[in-house]
Amino acid sequence: MTPKGVSLNPNSRKTKFARRFLCALSQMRNPRPVSSSNDEEVRKRSHKIKIAAYLSMARTVGSRRAWSRALLFKLRTRARRHNMMIGRRSLCLKKKRVIKNDPQGELSQTNKLRHLVPGGKTMDMCSLLEETAHFVTCLATQVKVMQTIADHFDK
Amino acid sequence: MSSRRSSQSGTSRITDDQIIELVSKLRQLVPEIRNRRSDKVPASKVLQETCNYIRSLHREVDDLSERLSQLLATIDADSAEASIIRSLIAQ
Repeated sequence: MTPKGVSLNPNSRKTKFARRFLCALSQMRNPRPVSSSNDEEVRKRSHKIKIAAYLSMARTVGSRRAWSRALLFKLRTRARRHNMMIGRRSLCLKKKRVIKNDPQGELSQTNKLRHLVPGGKTMDMCSLLEETAHFVTCLATQVKVMQTIADHFDK
Repeated sequence: MSSRRSSQSGTSRITDDQIIELVSKLRQLVPEIRNRRSDKVPASKVLQETCNYIRSLHREVDDLSERLSQLLATIDADSAEASIIRSLIAQ
């Protein structure tokens, strides 16, 4: 029995990601009966869900792509650091962006792109564009799957 | 393999054929640009729109995570949805 609007091709990236993400979500369900879900818990869980989504996508792509390798490395380092510093709120997903002053329109856009794509800072232009294209497709897939799941739960 | 153009004069424009091809590939992916006539969109605009698109996708992931978190709080462990999920995962 499949939910409406989801066609499952077992080998597609979308399906593999959906499966991993759903697994992570089901592990996240509150073991104790939650009648009062206060904002703090919702926010914490939403952060976990977000990390799980990126992690699932990066794992689905595997080490085939530079961006997924960089993202996996970043998430694992963050997790390790978080476990060592429990109690301190040092996690922030968005890094500070240093926009270099550059007269060339293309180069400054490139710098912005480098900050957005995982691992983009050390890539040459060609690889950066390739990785960006793949990254954008995967991100769009991730969003679509999350939307489908959320819509399904909303019914 | 692409040469490092930055090692040449800093004002060299990106004219490598490979890079043009990759930029046009990006053009197809970003919905903003796909609907315009692709001939008139310069590379810097493509990059800018790509950056904006990536940022908007990140925002959507944030919103969806928030939404899923709230929905998860209301899900009953033994409800039909959970069984659907389990059947999906088990396939």
